[in-house]
Amino acid sequence: MFGGITTFCFVAVVVVPFLYGLYLTFTSWDGISLSKPFVGFANYIATFTDADFWASIGRTLFYSLFAVIFVNAVAFLLAYLVTSGIKGQNFFRAGFFIPNLIGGIVLGYVWKFVFNRAFVAIGKALGIAALQNSLLATTGGSMFCLILVTVWQYAGYMMLIYVAGFMSVDNSLKEAAQVDGCKPAQVTLHVTIPLMRTSFVTCLFLSITRCFMVYDVNLSLTNGEPFNTSVLAAMHVYNQAFTYKNYGTGQAEALVLFVLCAVVGICQVYIGKKDEVSA
Amino acid sequence: MDNKNYAARKKAASILLIVVLVILLVAFLFPFLLVLLNVFKTKADITASPLAFIGKHGFTLANFPKAMEKMDFWRSFGNSAFITSVSTVIIVTLSSMTGFLIARNPDWKANKILFAAMIASMVIPFQVLMIPLVSIYGGYLGILNNRMTLIFMHTGFSVSMATFMFTGAVKSNIPKELEEAADIDGCSRWMTFWRIVFPLLKPTVATVVIIDAMALWNDYLLPSLVLGRKELYTIPIATRAFYGTYNTDMGLIMAALLLAMLPILILYLFLQRFIVEGVVAGAVKG
Repeated sequence: MFGGITTFCFVAVVVVPFLYGLYLTFTSWDGISLSKPFVGFANYIATFTDADFWASIGRTLFYSLFAVIFVNAVAFLLAYLVTSGIKGQNFFRAGFFIPNLIGGIVLGYVWKFVFNRAFVAIGKALGIAALQNSLLATTGGSMFCLILVTVWQYAGYMMLIYVAGFMSVDNSLKEAAQVDGCKPAQVTLHVTIPLMRTSFVTCLFLSITRCFMVYDVNLSLTNGEPFNTSVLAAMHVYNQAFTYKNYGTGQAEALVLFVLCAVVGICQVYIGKKDEVSA
Repeated sequence: MDNKNYAARKKAASILLIVVLVILLVAFLFPFLLVLLNVFKTKADITASPLAFIGKHGFTLANFPKAMEKMDFWRSFGNSAFITSVSTVIIVTLSSMTGFLIARNPDWKANKILFAAMIASMVIPFQVLMIPLVSIYGGYLGILNNRMTLIFMHTGFSVSMATFMFTGAVKSNIPKELEEAADIDGCSRWMTFWRIVFPLLKPTVATVVIIDAMALWNDYLLPSLVLGRKELYTIPIATRAFYGTYNTDMGLIMAALLLAMLPILILYLFLQRFIVEGVVAGAVKG
């Protein structure tokens, strides 16, 4: 009664598909017919020899690395600024959070307009050569755009978590450090930041997993263009299955993505528990 | 003297900080302002001068009705609202009960297995499940293209996180004595839960509602796989379909994008404090 329906939904939507997905990796299903010929490890061999897939994984790691660093740096700075005790702090916090309210598809199209039209117009008006053609049309540019939009999208969210971290640090500890002769910068560096460890772990974990699985913004902002140089892993898996109808291979590649996420998840738990600083 | 100087400097610093923050905020919201700037222009004016306040052809409202009609805005809005609200209510109902069950009977083997499986499932990327889901629900059961199927899937995906949060909330916030007292007074488990425990879980309910409602409202990939027919489209799917068809008419695109953003922005205006708190609580506890 209390747990039955929940368990049923969870099993039917998560557990069964997960196990069935393992089975699918050993078949060559075309997505339509009911017969699923058994092919052994062929899909895994196809996965390991699929250069496009590994290129997309490489791009995802590159993208995640920079996006995660900048998301957290920007978020931390914003959090620092909006906890410094000025007027209207809540207004600023609420304002910076706004991009998070809106789904990736819409955000991607909004930014597409910004990159394709507004930046080009600014570039022409000010004579900046780099901006006169759309950044989205160049190989490095579209990756840069993806990272920029991701940083913009998640910085406000992570900022809120860092704000909660800042506020959880006991003021008396900071005062004690100041009495002992610490400068404000030293207080932040040696007292506040170490005590905010959990915030950092939470934010890093959230931003890494989101970056690994990003799809919506990738789809609406670049759609893999130009020349498939901005196809990230999630999009590659989608295309492999639903566009090229290689469901078995797509599923095997999705599992590789799962292993990556699981490794990150386990590391998070491990690092989070290891030598925690207690206040 | 020194004191005065210090106070003046402190004031100047805080004004400077506010100025910096205002500039940052405007830069942050620049993409949205740009949409707002262009939505009242004709297509030709947007192409000619996307940064001008008013184009040569002046101010126009014509983009809105046209975009609304072509995008079938009210229908997709209705679909999104229906799917989001029904799913959220089901998720809260089911997972609060399950969370209560797990928190109060941690020694049951079934509970242990379920709880461990739910936590483990949180690291599974959606990409791993999407192909099997399409195969099972489309190929074997043939129940895609149905809002109820999507609601069922949303529920299945969201209960693990929600149950996890409710379990924690029951364990740490609800005194067992309360239930024992209700038990002595002759309450059934069912009544004890709904009359006594559930009302005390309100903060967690608010958090779960906010997190799940926002995630479901904005979700694209799963709905796009389940809902293939135009009359079932949610707002994100309708936006994408619209963009694909009308991407040469920027006036219409601007109107469609603004329409897609408006409902949640209006809601944010009123529930801002709750949303901000809910998001933080969800992230920190999760």
